[in-house]
Amino acid sequence: MKLVNPLTAIFHPPPTPGVLAVFGHLDATVDAIGKLRQGGHTDFTVYSPIPRHEIEDALDQPVSPVRMFTLIGGISGCAVGAWLTLYMSYDWPIVVGGKPVGSIPPYVVIMFEMTILFGALATILGIAFNALFAARRQGTIAYDARFTNDKFGVFVPCEAARAGPVETLLRGAGAEEVRRA
Amino acid sequence: MAETATAAARGTRVTYDFVTRAIARTLGHPGKGYFALLAAAVALLAVGIVCLLFLLRYGLGLAGYSHPVYWAVYITCFVFWVGIAHSGTLISAILFLFRSGWRTAVYRTAEAMTVFAVMTAGLFPLIHIGRQWYFYWLIPYPNERGLWPNFKSPLIWDEFAIGTYFTVSTVFLIMGLIPDIAAVRDVATGWRKKLYAITSLGWRGTNEQWRHYTRGYLYLAALATPLVLSVHSVVSWDFAMAIVPGWHATIFAPYFVAGAIYSGVAMVITLLVPIRKLFHLEQLITVHHFENLAKLCLLTGMIVGYAYCVEYFTAWFGGNPAERAAFWYRAFGPFWWASWTMIICNAFLPQLLWFKPIRTNILALFVISIFVNIGMWFERYVIIVVSLAGEPFERFANATYNPTWADWGIMAGSFGWFFMWFLLFVKNFPAVSISEVKEVLPAPTRGKAARA
Repeated sequence: MKLVNPLTAIFHPPPTPGVLAVFGHLDATVDAIGKLRQGGHTDFTVYSPIPRHEIEDALDQPVSPVRMFTLIGGISGCAVGAWLTLYMSYDWPIVVGGKPVGSIPPYVVIMFEMTILFGALATILGIAFNALFAARRQGTIAYDARFTNDKFGVFVPCEAARAGPVETLLRGAGAEEVRRA
Repeated sequence: MAETATAAARGTRVTYDFVTRAIARTLGHPGKGYFALLAAAVALLAVGIVCLLFLLRYGLGLAGYSHPVYWAVYITCFVFWVGIAHSGTLISAILFLFRSGWRTAVYRTAEAMTVFAVMTAGLFPLIHIGRQWYFYWLIPYPNERGLWPNFKSPLIWDEFAIGTYFTVSTVFLIMGLIPDIAAVRDVATGWRKKLYAITSLGWRGTNEQWRHYTRGYLYLAALATPLVLSVHSVVSWDFAMAIVPGWHATIFAPYFVAGAIYSGVAMVITLLVPIRKLFHLEQLITVHHFENLAKLCLLTGMIVGYAYCVEYFTAWFGGNPAERAAFWYRAFGPFWWASWTMIICNAFLPQLLWFKPIRTNILALFVISIFVNIGMWFERYVIIVVSLAGEPFERFANATYNPTWADWGIMAGSFGWFFMWFLLFVKNFPAVSISEVKEVLPAPTRGKAARA
């Protein structure tokens, strides 16, 4: 009996069936996005070699949640900086001339640097978490190597039986190539 | 866009495909010139390592320290390399926030330079502390005696600032590289394809990836901008917080930041000229880019020149005899040659950049940039060594300071170390940003070309 590796389901999920269209022009891609949205499709993926505002506007997506990662990272960095300096000063107090042991002005420098450090690292985590690991259908949808070079792409997930109208729609919008995956 | 205009004049069309191929080609066989440079860098590094081994074995007495000059060439090199790093972040983060299109072709080189310059700078405090194996005493960790670092000392601020700067500029560089590594992954073959498949972290350029990526990149740039200003301010406070005449000045933070960006822009020019030639990137990195770098050089050079004037003016107008004596010693004392090298290279020479024929002459820019690098090294030497040597509190101890072979050897080694990493980077990863250069090109459309 052949044993099934349980990790296969996580790291090599089965491919999503659907239609992949390759576009050579930005305006054709934007047209296709508009038509797909009019046709009630919401779950499609657009590939592009560079970020373009035209595509973002056509997709009308919500603002990325990465900003919350940055904000929370920055605030916690500032708090860690304040805790580090004040706790360590009071843990072994060195009183100089009767002045307060915790002195805020020099500690602002540490708090500032920690704000930047934690904010930046949290931003990286936010991008990695949202764009690489938690992205919908990551690695299961069809891809073409030209999408990082000079072609735009649209992948519409659908069953084989319902792929016909989607293919027609994408060809009508000006796709150079349409294939089933 | 100027890039496309220049390319059109030459009869070539700069398309997305052209950009990918031209930049992916830099990862192929680089030719003899590249290996000659790499060999020179490794040889310099070897000299530095040998000198460092002697220093570890026999102690800091090998360096030319003599009372009262105990901060000398190693600290000079530290400040010099941190300064070199700064323009990389200026070009990659500050100009990104200002949306200046010309930065796209040069920012990757500048950003890589930042990371390697901070890596080089970070070595010098460790070399300088003498008992190098106790460097970890700077880190706030719970030890058996319950002691913590003194957070009121600018030296510990510096450790936090440099540590943060190194971490943030490294992740910023890597983040910018991901879409470009994916682009070269898709045209590469063999072992390189495997390397890039792993290092591109599964990037495919989907709308969802770009949505989070562009947002995150914006925030990274927004965090890096105040960081770069703070780091060299903190470095300047290493000096300004002390009461040494010539150091204790409120002008130090902006003066150091301007100087840092100035030296860094000069180093970007020094690096770009051979890179452009070796990897045939003339169509992507044009004279227009060099002219803009020259303008940045002129601007920051003027600020530095102004700071020199203000320093001397304050010393005279403030009327403090110790401060006046320090600046008299600086200009006319035994180290006059260092001070005048600094003033001529940094304040007078860049005035040539007012003239467009010089700004657009790449050879002239290369020569000027090398002189600026020399001048900026001497600026730090003058501030650190000459101020200490002329200390008025040390009437009976004014020994003449002379750097030794251990100082020069380790300094040469630092250049070898920096250039070795830089050359290895440009050979193995895209030295020009593929996706960002495409962003300033007109997008391919069915009708008339849409402008970016």
